[in-house]
Amino acid sequence: MEGVYRILSAEIIGPDVKRFEVQAPRVARYWKPGQFVILRAIEDGERIPLTVVEADPEFGVIVLIVQGVGKTTRTLNSLSEGDMIPDVAGPLGSPSDIEMFGTVAVIGGGVGTAIAYPTARALAEAGNRVVTIVGARTSDLLILVDELEAVADTVIVTTDDGTAGRAGFVTDALADVIAERRVDRVIAIGPLPMMAAVSALTLPHEIPTVVSLNPIMVDGTGMCGGCRVSVSGETKFACVDGPEFDAHGVDFELLAARNSSYCEFERRRLAEMGEK
Amino acid sequence: MPRTPMPEREGRLRALDFEEVNLGYTDQLAILEATRCLQCARPVCVDGCPVGVKINDFVAAVADGRFDEAGRIVATDNSLPAVCGRVCPQEIQCEGACVMGRRSSPIAIGHLERFVADRARGRGGEQAPATAPSGWSVAIVGSGPAGLACAADLSRLGHDVTVYEALHEAGGVLVYGIPEYRLPTAVVEAEVGRLEEMGVVFELNAPIGRAESIDDLLDRHDAVFIGIGAGLPRFLEVPGEHLVGVQSANEFLTRVNLMGANRSDAETPVLVGKRVAVIGGGNTALDAVRTALRAGADSATVYYRRTEDEMPARREEIRHAREEGVHFEFLLNPVGFGGSERVETMELVRMRQTEPGDDGRRSVEPIEGSEVAVPVDTVVVAVGNAPNPMLSGTPDLTMSRRGTIVTDEVGMTDKPGVFAGGDIVTGGATVILAMGAGRRAAQGIDAFLRSGALVEID
Ligand SMILES: Cc1cc2nc3c(=O)[nH]c(=O)nc-3n(C[C@H](O)[C@H](O)[C@H](O)COP(=O)(O)OP(=O)(O)OC[C@H]3O[C@@H](n4cnc5c(N)ncnc54)[C@H](O)[C@@H]3O)c2cc1C
Ligand code: FES
Repeated sequence: MEGVYRILSAEIIGPDVKRFEVQAPRVARYWKPGQFVILRAIEDGERIPLTVVEADPEFGVIVLIVQGVGKTTRTLNSLSEGDMIPDVAGPLGSPSDIEMFGTVAVIGGGVGTAIAYPTARALAEAGNRVVTIVGARTSDLLILVDELEAVADTVIVTTDDGTAGRAGFVTDALADVIAERRVDRVIAIGPLPMMAAVSALTLPHEIPTVVSLNPIMVDGTGMCGGCRVSVSGETKFACVDGPEFDAHGVDFELLAARNSSYCEFERRRLAEMGEK
Repeated sequence: MPRTPMPEREGRLRALDFEEVNLGYTDQLAILEATRCLQCARPVCVDGCPVGVKINDFVAAVADGRFDEAGRIVATDNSLPAVCGRVCPQEIQCEGACVMGRRSSPIAIGHLERFVADRARGRGGEQAPATAPSGWSVAIVGSGPAGLACAADLSRLGHDVTVYEALHEAGGVLVYGIPEYRLPTAVVEAEVGRLEEMGVVFELNAPIGRAESIDDLLDRHDAVFIGIGAGLPRFLEVPGEHLVGVQSANEFLTRVNLMGANRSDAETPVLVGKRVAVIGGGNTALDAVRTALRAGADSATVYYRRTEDEMPARREEIRHAREEGVHFEFLLNPVGFGGSERVETMELVRMRQTEPGDDGRRSVEPIEGSEVAVPVDTVVVAVGNAPNPMLSGTPDLTMSRRGTIVTDEVGMTDKPGVFAGGDIVTGGATVILAMGAGRRAAQGIDAFLRSGALVEID
């Protein structure tokens, strides 16, 4: 079971966005929606968390969708079918709460949609009426719309520039959904400002809202405290207590600041990468 | 005759790199030191050793130049002598008990232990006698000193052993916590390599509790040993502690030791800055502060809320740190951090010692109105850890209120066939106690397997 993490397929599904099928039998066998892996793209590479999109326990394969934003994700996106990933540790984190809630709005922003998809699917399988709202800056960046259509009751697409679906933000679409019908739970996964905006929108309506946080991580086992976030005034470790938390308690500003801890280093590494 | 000094590299020079500080005794120095031993009729040093190494015997063998035999004597009681010789708090264990300490200075037992262990390792170590395979298989969760020691003994007893480790490297705190200049990774790698040669299988990247549960492991193995160590670093719970630049010692040390963030071509970043403040008084605090200097800090200061006498760190580390240029500030306790996004200042309150209580221990209390602020670029918090939470939901596994796993004297938990030891049972302790617990549990597991109890469970 050990040590072979081969890329079985690699497919570009958007600008700088790649979908990988990776051999990782342990993860595939034990993974539940909402959980992630920590991987290193090269020997001596940095450890980064990535949420698992799908898993096939029988064949020992997991699906990852990667947006090349930092050094490690870009390195990863330069890999192709047949290449090896040195380390894939997981599954890590607590699985999403999957219960019969009633009507659940699942919102995915950008590649956050990849993380939202397995949860949307599991919620639908548990009998919920699932309304998905998928947002992106522009139509090229939309992912998994067909897959979501296959599992959700309703799929609403929004783009900031109006090149697909309705023009505007996911929050505009969500406000309309809330106005039209009773929503029992909201799950929002995407960029921090988007999750903060959704949280602010649902708070006055008192709709339980869950967000999946993406702080900086090292070990993923609750050992380093690098992933700490503040939720309802308490310090929580996202890698063991999360990554999903009650949105209405999350200090988004603090998380945004902490996530920028190493941006200078990242910029330098990316510049060096460009030179090569 | 005074104690034979350990040859070490010059303080300011060694603070520029991560090479080992102590160079090790030569044969001559080792013999010289060993001949200081009085060979007491009742060797109190052995009582001082948590695992009862026959110190008098091995030191006598060194004095005679019988180094191999000395190595064998140590190895009967200590399966990680090259590690313990370097990191044990000898001054409160064997050397603290040594009668020579009352006359001049105690025998340098730690240095001698390291000497014989390094010599044995240099020669490839002892080949363990082949035992008939027992047919039983044991899972070890966690590859720190507790797990490694348990694996070694079980393998020697003929059992099939698989070690499951969450990280991408085996060794636990020995690789991600304790820095290279104090414990070279090569020492730990050699130990792991030796286990692999004995047939122990290491499954890395395997976070048990999220991947396999303990019950899943029991389907595949006949017994389980849990040695997952301490986790969840404690913070001070004061305002501003989430500012960028405030980090736990575990995070800071892991970035450097495990991920190599100090190297110029590093893939993993670490925040060091010019002025580094480290909070705490244990080995972890000293490892962090000395690492900070080596990783480029201009000034690195330890802030401890009690006095130097109460520092739990090894005395050698405190001396080494001073020689390297580390500053120490005592009776000061942080009450808050300031800055916009990044930490810029640390506010501290002065502490005073109270009169000794009934237990004779002095406590400390803040002096009202004595707050001072100091400028800082980064802060490393080293005030301890809570137990690792990864197996907390395991059915039938009794945990204490603190979150440690409850076991009997041989390390058996309330869950049949499941044993535990090391920091996950004791809370943050020492390498030697973890190693000792791993070995005791190996005996316990062996007895359990051979007792026939297993049949009843199945
Ligand atoms: C910086 C630092 C310096 C220290 N200095 C000294 C010193 O000088 N002298 C001394 O005696 N002691 C020292 N200590 C304490 C000593 O290191 C510990 O007491 C000892 O390592 C405990 O051993 P352990 O085997 O119980 O756990 P650990 O060494 O903590 O090992 C636990 C292992 O389990 C793994 N793990 C955790 N969860 C899981 C899971 N769910 N599945 C699989 N694997 C898992 C971890 O990744 C780790 O590798 C120091 C500690 C630190 C942090
Ligand atoms: S990533 Fe280290 S504690 Fe969560």
